[in-house]
Amino acid sequence: MARFGMVIDTAKCVGCMDCVVACQTENDVPHGYCRDWITTEVRGTFPNLAMEIRSERCNHCDNPPCVQCCPTGASHVEPLGKTVQVTSSRCIGCKACIASCPYGARYVHPKGYVDKCTFCLHRTRDGKDPACVSVCPTRCMAFGDLDDPKSAVSTLLASRKWHTLLPEAGTRPRVYYLT
Amino acid sequence: MLELTTTRHNPLIDPALHIWGWEIPVYLFLGGMVAGMMVFAGLAMLRTARGEDTRTFFSLQTPLLAFVLLNIGMLALLLDLAHPLYVWAIYITFEPLSPMAWGSWVLLIVYAILLVSALIRLPEAWPWLGRTVPWTARASDWFFNRPARMAALGWINIVFGIAVGVYTGILLNTMVARPLWNTAVLPVLFLVSGLSAAAAALHLAARVFGARPAPQGMLSGAIAALGQPLGPQAPAPHTAESLQRADVGLLAFELVLIFLLLLGLVTSSASHSAAAALLFGGQYALLFWIGVVALGIVVPLVMQLLEMSHRLPHTVVPAVLVLAGGFALRWVLVNAGQASAIVSAAAAR
Repeated sequence: MARFGMVIDTAKCVGCMDCVVACQTENDVPHGYCRDWITTEVRGTFPNLAMEIRSERCNHCDNPPCVQCCPTGASHVEPLGKTVQVTSSRCIGCKACIASCPYGARYVHPKGYVDKCTFCLHRTRDGKDPACVSVCPTRCMAFGDLDDPKSAVSTLLASRKWHTLLPEAGTRPRVYYLT
Repeated sequence: MLELTTTRHNPLIDPALHIWGWEIPVYLFLGGMVAGMMVFAGLAMLRTARGEDTRTFFSLQTPLLAFVLLNIGMLALLLDLAHPLYVWAIYITFEPLSPMAWGSWVLLIVYAILLVSALIRLPEAWPWLGRTVPWTARASDWFFNRPARMAALGWINIVFGIAVGVYTGILLNTMVARPLWNTAVLPVLFLVSGLSAAAAALHLAARVFGARPAPQGMLSGAIAALGQPLGPQAPAPHTAESLQRADVGLLAFELVLIFLLLLGLVTSSASHSAAAALLFGGQYALLFWIGVVALGIVVPLVMQLLEMSHRLPHTVVPAVLVLAGGFALRWVLVNAGQASAIVSAAAAR
């Protein structure tokens, strides 16, 4: 079984927010909300500054606290690609998953259920890339099976330096950032 | 220096997590108090089973009050849900890793236990019911006259009371991303605080309502049975005093637990010590140290010690302070906990 992951090259990303808009359009994200977003991190003291621009989203963790704490099983690991998904018709809106997520990836949809990035499940089912990956003008994002050593994501992770976000949270996130 | 900017702007998430308002602290406080009342009711049942005449031991009648309080708490919980029409989804599955799933199922059982336990004194406290529905009086006798049944019900009350008290803490305890809650002391602290609030509530009822004969009317009897947890007879003086003694012990234990909680956080990871700092300074510090620790624990502890040694007249003040402090504890921990977050190790580079 595949284990979907995403690899984002921070050396290429310019923070244009095409991925954000593509996601909002593709997934009909309500106005004023976002499933993915751009974080700009600047560190150092002038003139020795370094900047990293990241497209961030749900990390579809291997050890997802949001799935554990869900009382109804609405928050679950999908067999396809082992991604983390929410069944809106089972969600009671208790918000425990939001409290347990170190990445702030979840929000309450105006209709009441909890919503977040799905890695575009409806597209990946057909073998397509998620919307954010497919529109990226710098092609800085790759999507695929982390368990397949020949996939684009696996080869990138094998050949480049990378980091994940808050690895110390112990959730084993699956969105990787190339540096 | 590190500067972070984000384009994320989701309501209730940014700039700081604030998904839970007044509803969750109210629910946790009432749930904890109900848990404490179940334990005290269970202890009274065990004493009845041992042959002590506990008809005046008012803990025995608290299941009815606890039932009403639990309903208020559950209403608060329901108001918090963003998708309340789907609440049934909890009861078509069982998720063993989710404390909320455990709590939801335990609360169903607790409802049944409280109703059965309330029946024991109800025909007496609400004479209209005993007259009009004679089987309630027979059901009451079925328990009350058989020590084995009283003992069994007592133990059930104690076990499930502790389960509910602990669960309210575990609920927060397992949230990976909120370091302030990631301490195993929290469930114990909530249990002890719930016991202390229950002791204070019973003590308060004893002082306020005193001994009055139960009204014979339908409505007046029902209301009296709720607000007069003492039952028709005056409580023996030693039962009120034993509650006060219990509360002194519980409050002292609470102080130890708060010390251990803070010590554990401060000496743990950067995320945990940053979480502890939320209680040592900033917007939650005043309410925590003055509201929870000083007015909610230390002052009532000292006052009750002085009352017990007859150097201070008995008043309702310590009981009121303990109840307010118990709620403040939940309020501070729920709110400061939401403000606490994992500190990125990469940010320290």
